[in-house]
Amino acid sequence: MKAVYLDNNATTRVDPAAVAAMLPFFTEQFGNASSMHAFGSEVGGAVLKGRRQLQALLGAQFDHEIVFTGGGTESDNTAILSALETQGARNEIVTSAVEHPAVLALCAWLEKSRGIKVHYIGVDARGRLDVEAYRKALSPRTAIASIMWANNETGTIFPVEMLAELAHEAGALFHTDAVQAVGKIPMNLKETAIDMLSLSGHKLHAPKGIGALYVRRGVRLRPLIRGGHQERGRRAGTENAPGIVALGVAAELAQQHIEDENTRVRAMRDRLEQGLLQRIGNSFVAGDVDNRLPNTANVAFEYIEGEAILLLMNKAGIAASSGSACTSGSLEPSHVLRAMKVPYTAAHGAIRFSFSRENTDEDVDHVLEVMPSIIAKLREMSPFWDGKNAGQSGFAPTYA
Amino acid sequence: MWEYSDKVQEYFFNPKNAGTLDDASGVGEVGAIACGDALKLMIKVDPESERITDARFQTFGCGSAIASSSALTEIIIGKTLDEALKITNQDIADFLGGLPPEKMHCSVMGYEALRAAVANYRGEVWEDDHEEGALLCKCFGIDEGMIERAVRNNGLTSMEQVAHFTKATGSCGTCVEGVEAVLEKTNAEMVAEGLLDPAQAFVMGAVPVVPGRQQRKSPVAPPAPASSKMTTVQKIRVIEEVLEELRPALRNDGGDCELVDVEDNRVMVRMTGACVNCQLAAVTVQGIQARLAERLGMPVRVIPVPAGK
Repeated sequence: MKAVYLDNNATTRVDPAAVAAMLPFFTEQFGNASSMHAFGSEVGGAVLKGRRQLQALLGAQFDHEIVFTGGGTESDNTAILSALETQGARNEIVTSAVEHPAVLALCAWLEKSRGIKVHYIGVDARGRLDVEAYRKALSPRTAIASIMWANNETGTIFPVEMLAELAHEAGALFHTDAVQAVGKIPMNLKETAIDMLSLSGHKLHAPKGIGALYVRRGVRLRPLIRGGHQERGRRAGTENAPGIVALGVAAELAQQHIEDENTRVRAMRDRLEQGLLQRIGNSFVAGDVDNRLPNTANVAFEYIEGEAILLLMNKAGIAASSGSACTSGSLEPSHVLRAMKVPYTAAHGAIRFSFSRENTDEDVDHVLEVMPSIIAKLREMSPFWDGKNAGQSGFAPTYA
Repeated sequence: MWEYSDKVQEYFFNPKNAGTLDDASGVGEVGAIACGDALKLMIKVDPESERITDARFQTFGCGSAIASSSALTEIIIGKTLDEALKITNQDIADFLGGLPPEKMHCSVMGYEALRAAVANYRGEVWEDDHEEGALLCKCFGIDEGMIERAVRNNGLTSMEQVAHFTKATGSCGTCVEGVEAVLEKTNAEMVAEGLLDPAQAFVMGAVPVVPGRQQRKSPVAPPAPASSKMTTVQKIRVIEEVLEELRPALRNDGGDCELVDVEDNRVMVRMTGACVNCQLAAVTVQGIQARLAERLGMPVRVIPVPAGK
């Protein structure tokens, strides 16, 4: 049976070139990057190379603006907690209602345990940030504004360059969780006012367990993890040299493929989306269709539930994701779709298809072939589907 | 992906009795699209024998919801209504070779739909929403009666279990206190009826019993638990006896404890002497609570009240 992997926003396959590059750092080049002897200095050189490869992908001005971490969540936590320590009496956070739990759960904890005021900025039916509400929430009390670069569920891109400037006008730091955006859209951080940026290796064909926090030169940072003096005292712990080497290679490959990502991959995504909408009534694309990551399609199928769809897709060899409650183990459907006011009739049945450069046109053909019967089978069993409501979706957000 | 048994997968991928039953004698509809689960159960009943001759379902929900619905129809076809009403959600789960704990609410939905369908056949009024008792969880439309049934039928003793079986408290969380109260009350009734070990019963604010430790016997065997149907006067006598037994230890530490009042399973006490403002007062109260629960044979909540009350 043909296997089609369309869950790249969850994780990606490690690129074979990245695997090959990291393997020697488990064997002959096993030294500690911080050691003074030859064993260590060779590894230290490899770590520096990885740092510069990542610097190039991000368009950062200095290589020392890259702090390697254990992943995106650690980077997000470091950025926000550091800002609360370094911003004097400022003790408020501005973020969005559709952030990843790495930000939202931390904010909820800060509200509860430290009495920090958090402003959650809403989005419209397309998932676009309410910029006016964001502007109003910023004040002399704001320590940090943390807004994701692109949403992990819908791919909707936020105008982070402009949001960073607005944050600076209020004297606040600006951080962006760019875990989904890095490697998919071009970045040139030195030309922006972004102070901190989080990324995760396994979203761009590097291994799990390695990530980075970009910290603009001059921005004060208080480490989350304290101990040794690695990463210039900003993240203690022996460097994950194999992971860093692989991340460096993955960053270089991402840079090489970014045009492919925005042409061929985007075209596959669009063909899948249009094909699904043509073949299956009562479905629509969730998110900002005009300003999205090129690899992400979130298609909501009305009157059926996401986990059931995924189980049948899995049987047909297709891997994707659902924001349905039953998939996540929680009881409420995706907080992102609920923030967009997608009705329950559709929010439970939204499927995220996320591509990578490894996908092919044949993958799209296979999905288009099997999805109509999967949706039809489940709708036949749904008490809310009587055939009379076949056709246009009841959800018609105004895209003014 | 959830760990589903082979039978759950079989009943999901190849559901039996899916679809509509045009000449249904009774229809039960439970759940709602907002909740992410809904089931419409249709049954055909032979009026002479009151035997279910056919059943069909339509389900909006996950794999285990569809499998549970299909299993339910298989189980009830051929049974009389009275026989069918004896089926519990655990029977549905067992039929499927078990469900993940987080998915037990799917089997509860089947159980509820069956009751609704039978009520519909018998011409009884059935309302899914707060038909029995207060509507507690507004997010998922769960009423007091449904929580009580889920707790009783499945021997639930924790809030986590209640969420898994009913979804109540799973969204905004504003109903937590109300659901806790129902769980506590129902567990207390089950203890009184001899259906639940007092040590397992949920008591608000009590420290959960560590699995494996609750069976450990104390060095001195306590007197046998008092009758579950004690009058208030009998309860007070037992409480006074327990406090009298504990008093020497409290006095050795320069403190004391007096009984103030008893209301249902709440025991109001006044801590005096060194027990007032003691940093370990909470531990002392928990100790008294555990001893009282053991002797009364029911969960109790010991509440210290200020002097003068």
